[in-house]
Amino acid sequence: MLNPRLQPGVRRFPNQAPRRGAPIKETAVPYIANTDSDRAEMFAAIGYRDFADMWQRAQVTEPVPPLTALPEGMSEHELLQLFQQLSQQNNSGLLSFLGGGYYDHLIPAALDAIVSRSEFYTAYTPYQPEASQGTLQTIYEYQSAICRLTGLQIANASLYDGGSAVFEAALLSKRVTRRSQIIISAGVSPTFRAMLRTYSAYQDLTIQEIPVAPNRLCDDLDALEKAISSDTAAVILQYPNFFGCIPDFSAVTAKAKKLRALSIAVCYPTALALLQPPGELNFDLAVGEAQPLGLSLACGGPYLGFMAAKSEYMRKMPGRIAGRTTDLDGKTGYVLTLQAREQHIRRENAMSNICSNQNLCALTALVYLTLLGKQGFQEVARQCASKTAFLRQCLADSPEIKVLGDGTFFNELTLELPGPADKFVRQALPKGCAPGLPLGLYYPGREKQLLVAVTEKRTRAEITTLAKILKEAAWN
Amino acid sequence: MELIFAQSRPGRCACNLPKLDVPAQDCLPDALRRTKPVALPEVTELDAVRHFTNLSRLNFSVDSHFYPLGSCTMKYNPKAHEVIARMPGFTTPHPRLLEIPGGSDALQGTLEVLYREERFLSELFGFAETTLQPMAGANGEFTGVMLIAAWCKKQGQSQRKVMLIPDSAHGTNPASAAQAGFICREIKSDAGGNLDLEDLKAKLGPDVAGLMLTCPNTIGMFNHDVKAICDLVHQAGGLCYCDGANANAIVGRVRPGDLGFDVMHVNVHKTFSTPHGGGGPGAGPVCVKENLQPFLPKPRIVKNADGTFALDNNCPESIGHIAPFLGSFAVLLRSCAYMLNLGREGMRRVSENAVLNANYLRVKLAPFFDQQITRDCMHECVFSATRSKDNGVHALDIAKALIDRGFHPPTIYFPLIIPEALMIEPTETESKETLDAFIAAMQEIASLAASNPEALLQAPLSTPVRRLDETGAARHPDLASLED
Repeated sequence: MLNPRLQPGVRRFPNQAPRRGAPIKETAVPYIANTDSDRAEMFAAIGYRDFADMWQRAQVTEPVPPLTALPEGMSEHELLQLFQQLSQQNNSGLLSFLGGGYYDHLIPAALDAIVSRSEFYTAYTPYQPEASQGTLQTIYEYQSAICRLTGLQIANASLYDGGSAVFEAALLSKRVTRRSQIIISAGVSPTFRAMLRTYSAYQDLTIQEIPVAPNRLCDDLDALEKAISSDTAAVILQYPNFFGCIPDFSAVTAKAKKLRALSIAVCYPTALALLQPPGELNFDLAVGEAQPLGLSLACGGPYLGFMAAKSEYMRKMPGRIAGRTTDLDGKTGYVLTLQAREQHIRRENAMSNICSNQNLCALTALVYLTLLGKQGFQEVARQCASKTAFLRQCLADSPEIKVLGDGTFFNELTLELPGPADKFVRQALPKGCAPGLPLGLYYPGREKQLLVAVTEKRTRAEITTLAKILKEAAWN
Repeated sequence: MELIFAQSRPGRCACNLPKLDVPAQDCLPDALRRTKPVALPEVTELDAVRHFTNLSRLNFSVDSHFYPLGSCTMKYNPKAHEVIARMPGFTTPHPRLLEIPGGSDALQGTLEVLYREERFLSELFGFAETTLQPMAGANGEFTGVMLIAAWCKKQGQSQRKVMLIPDSAHGTNPASAAQAGFICREIKSDAGGNLDLEDLKAKLGPDVAGLMLTCPNTIGMFNHDVKAICDLVHQAGGLCYCDGANANAIVGRVRPGDLGFDVMHVNVHKTFSTPHGGGGPGAGPVCVKENLQPFLPKPRIVKNADGTFALDNNCPESIGHIAPFLGSFAVLLRSCAYMLNLGREGMRRVSENAVLNANYLRVKLAPFFDQQITRDCMHECVFSATRSKDNGVHALDIAKALIDRGFHPPTIYFPLIIPEALMIEPTETESKETLDAFIAAMQEIASLAASNPEALLQAPLSTPVRRLDETGAARHPDLASLED
């Protein structure tokens, strides 16, 4: 059922070869306004004979390249049909307990109605503040929401995703401390750590990863504390960590503070509805992936990296920042500010090479937090926590499935299965269930462990089904 | 407008969640519990919708205004592509399915879209392979120069630490090169934005890894000597990077790969019409020649013999992971829809009409504004607001006066090598009537600049706020509302 080759009547990408010697059609192309008579008038006004003459005068003398991979244009109806069929080649009906930093939460209907306002999505960077107050005020409100969530004083207008935000945070710590050692716990998302390694390849940064023993879920707090030295620029810690565990990092952040290294928290924003924010836990910076705040999973994005910090790091922050100011009449207005940090002014000495932000995604997160509001956001987190606790209850009587850890978690459980987790998942998928992430994919030594995420979207019946699948699996 | 936080009233709520169908409980560590709920607004759905709707109306946008922002390619974004990007089959799948054994079977539609898009882009720009991972143009630049760094290392040429960058380049070029560990060395441009060949020759050497060149250049000109430039760099043992920010001018007409470039990024939010979103999300695919192929970010999307699609993680020389997964899929999806919508002939019609519209503006505006270069441009034309400088009217004032006349201003003060720059990019989706109306407004502004400059210095007067105190904003930053 999942193999498109086996599905009858599936429309494939059209792939006509160009007709040999066929003249290029002079018919209307969608979205191009000029008619033949417009073109004639414009040619006359400029003094061109035709397009060939225009290209010649612009010094484009290359022959027109032949294109064969791209088919001829299609009608809107054909286009929608083609993509509808392609979208159906994905199995979007899976009962999913996948998480690992990206979560399937409910999204209020009003959210898309708001972010679909084309005054938002067809505008660009607010370079002209008088003509962009809508975008600018929403950035300021987004920054405010991120500060309130993280308990820190400043936030930027967003970064590409959680992984690039971790890298930017590491770079910031290097700028602030003038040190180059980064200590990162293996409890931080393996995706983010892989991106940090890629992005840092040619930076003067030494990255030391502190492993988590395969039989434990909690980060190695002693090793983290010991690793921090007067060469350390920052220690990067995640809570809840990748295994769903919520460690108390206070001894680690205290040691960092003592040695003037920065403490960077990587957070799951929904968990912060119930957990103490980084600003109250001695962290200097908070970063993370804000996809759970109303963004579709969309198999990879676009996503949203958030970054908040103590105010003393204001002038070292990467990326765009909006600020509140006044106009000539003293009326409140908003502008992009502290631009002396950025690439268009500072070029190779900029804080980052980032040029844009993930503006529409940041707006999405702001609207999500607004629609859920103070009570709703907390309720979503409570439901996630309750349903995860319910799953643990459902598994309590199983002699084979073991829930690992010390019994504290938010919405993810690490289970120890009697057999290899990847094999179990592979067998569950064709039956329409994605029961979790085999942790052995990311952590050698954890081949029997499965990471299961439960959000408010999963019903009691679905959770019971998962428990049943787990309990009834044949492990031999 | 009042902040959304200020509209909060205890007890109001816009959300309607399902009733909890399991016992209420949690397993959080008591020591780490939040003591107070996050201070989010308490508003009704109507409050929220009205607030954001009214904010949206304070914006200029492509759907509401002509937006000739140079170098940004503010073309129309077809609505069908928005419908496609919202199809549940595309929005629902979890990205980690890509990593799970057997998960690719559930993602054949997504993988096919991305695989085809890679083929389309490779062919359109004349390269062997494409990665779709970079999440924006600047992220693409960074990826591209990382590939060059990896290539140098593989050749045993790690001493090549210098990246040559023209003084007319966008600021992201040097910032991206620096982030990939390169030392940036500036090459002079002449008034036409053309590279000073003598300066280039003098700076080429065994320490040079490559040259980053924007093509067409940042003045909107096509350099007829690009091939010669690429040859010079190659002879010196370096590679050539094409900044494809201006690819809308050449798509379907000229292929940078044919000109000698080794690597190129393209901004899909420009050339391929994905919405700019007020400043993102974008996507910045990177195309490469065979020599850089082994270093592309992993995993790669491959087509199996049976026609299905899969991921290949066996890429020992890859630079690693640029995106968390395969890139900003929903953005890439829109650009793939755009290419298929217009088709191979449509692509060429895009560049032809974009260049025609820009040259029409160039000729029609020439009597009213100074030009450093008068020759035919590509997709954008650049003027200097130098004529009115003595009257105290600068590029900024002209920009603000345009806002009062219902036009989004052009890009101003970029490129840096043009004094008082006004960079105008009309795009192919605008009609001659719109261009004529813009020309009339510019003519009126030019004549006011000469006769009554005071009338322009107060602009804009029609906007929700007048000119804002940007110096004050930077000196006394107010970046967030922390409490109600």
